[in-house]
Amino acid sequence: MQGNTACAEGALAAGCRFFGGYPITPSTEVAEHMAAKLPRVGGVFIQMEDEIAGIASVIGASWTGARAMTATSGPGFSLMMENIGFAVMTETPCVLVNIQRGGPSTGQPTMSAQADMLQCRFGSHGDYSIIALSPASVQEMFELTVDAFNLADRFRVPVFLMADEIIGHMRERIEIPDSVPREERKILPKGTPPFRADEGMIPGFPQFGKGYGVHVTGLTHDERGYPCATSPSLHEDLVKRLVAKVESARHEIADYRVTNPEAEVVFITYGSPARTVEQVLHDHPDERIGHLRFRVVWPFPEKALDKFPDAKVFLVPEQNLGQIAREIERHTCIPVVPLPRFGGALHTPAELEKAVEAWR
Amino acid sequence: MTYSDWLRVDRLPHIYCAGCGNGTVINCTLNAVDRMGWKKEETVFVSGIGCSSRAPGYIVTDSLHTTHGRALAFATGIKMANPELHVVVFTGDGDLAAIGGNHFIHSCRRNIDLTVVCMNNQIYGMTGGQGSPTTPRGALSTTTPYGSQEPAFDLCELASAAGANFVSRWTSYHVKELTRSIHQGLGVPGFSFIEALVQCPTNYGRRNKFRQVMDQVEYFKTHGILVQKAHRLRDEGLPIPADAILLGDMVRRDRPAMGVKR
Repeated sequence: MQGNTACAEGALAAGCRFFGGYPITPSTEVAEHMAAKLPRVGGVFIQMEDEIAGIASVIGASWTGARAMTATSGPGFSLMMENIGFAVMTETPCVLVNIQRGGPSTGQPTMSAQADMLQCRFGSHGDYSIIALSPASVQEMFELTVDAFNLADRFRVPVFLMADEIIGHMRERIEIPDSVPREERKILPKGTPPFRADEGMIPGFPQFGKGYGVHVTGLTHDERGYPCATSPSLHEDLVKRLVAKVESARHEIADYRVTNPEAEVVFITYGSPARTVEQVLHDHPDERIGHLRFRVVWPFPEKALDKFPDAKVFLVPEQNLGQIAREIERHTCIPVVPLPRFGGALHTPAELEKAVEAWR
Repeated sequence: MTYSDWLRVDRLPHIYCAGCGNGTVINCTLNAVDRMGWKKEETVFVSGIGCSSRAPGYIVTDSLHTTHGRALAFATGIKMANPELHVVVFTGDGDLAAIGGNHFIHSCRRNIDLTVVCMNNQIYGMTGGQGSPTTPRGALSTTTPYGSQEPAFDLCELASAAGANFVSRWTSYHVKELTRSIHQGLGVPGFSFIEALVQCPTNYGRRNKFRQVMDQVEYFKTHGILVQKAHRLRDEGLPIPADAILLGDMVRRDRPAMGVKR
């Protein structure tokens, strides 16, 4: 199965019943598969007039209680930014798939990249926090899409599946389970102010059509949901909570794989560069070479770095100029070496072996 | 019930300026919704950004106050995901015709079962009086200080050409007619578009020789002509005044629609 198809299958298994999007290479197969399958399970597929409308329709659908998603790539992702901020501010669960391609601008529509990793974290205006997952196989395109829906409903936040073109278009054998774990949105008890957050900092969800009479606005709002855009303390409290509800749970959300924890030279990867590192370790098994692979990139799970107490260097192959290497640098005192390879070509095993040799 | 049962009274007073026409249109819309006999829990109001788009915040039902220009795209998601809900969209000329123009024509084309009430004040009111796509040629605004040089959009022509099932235009003067047309639009399966010209004394009227609130309302009254009359004048080869405002129901048809309650 192709990665993009596995993503759509994961969404269907997770109970996604609404897809609103706009065709864009190299993500289109996700939409095509949803267009074919959703009507058969009582869901809705709608091709919108642009990506702005795509994410808008997804947010609207989510307020009716539906699990909803869209899929896109760089240029479409840029167009979605304003409404991503709206989803953050209104605490709307939704899943966005970005099959990353080379940018800036139209760039390389058919070639792989991981250059939107900071955009997904910081691209919309204002301070906020989101969750981003990064699959490194077709199986993970399925699994992490399921996880994305569960995390979105649990934290009431947009969740990004930040795949790259290589994983999206790769074909591998996968196993689809009979059922997948499902975490429901917490329901708002009737009579409770709709944006009053409990200790977990996540308010219950007042679904449209259930008699809550909730007003949902992108303006700074009080716990009743009423606009109150000029109070410094209210705004500060709201934004701090929106950030803290994700960041304070980052060790729970964290999801990574550790290979050779006693190693001194450690690769840190997410997405398709992980495959080259796996090839290196397969070709030359060596306990002195470690591998930390993030399946969740945001919120950044910095405690994962502690799994390699003997590490003397982190080598970070990415399909960008060092976006996550820079984040890793913030959390460690040992050298962090970005290994950028972009333009669409994947790192070769020889190239990574050479990088290891430099630190022997 | 009456329209006042639909108001979220704990949010009053509202933000509208003294003399604003938007309240009239909200009143007409709520009266029309009330006459439909819809339940509050089955009704959702959606809006974008601008003076008109603050309206859903004053209504007790579920409501979604979205981003600038995108109300129709959000509303499409709501209505397609749950056709059982009645979805009414409040928008304005800047929200709908400028930044949201593409969503407008595509919502008309899809003929999504929404009712859209556009409060056209011919200006950007909330940001302080900049020219909009419906600002008449020659009119003064803060961004057209020498008079607007751009031809204005005819929103009803646009909705008609793009495929809406119901299209109508009235003004804040024509309260009964406006209420009746909104009521009709609410009952039409498919996309219903009702444009309501409204006075904006603060940001349009005072720059354009409508010194008093009622001067602009009076203008709507004296310059409005029924679309049927305009057609008759045209057929008889008689002139239609250049500054006439065409009023009435322009389109009532039964194109295939989407998102209609099953």
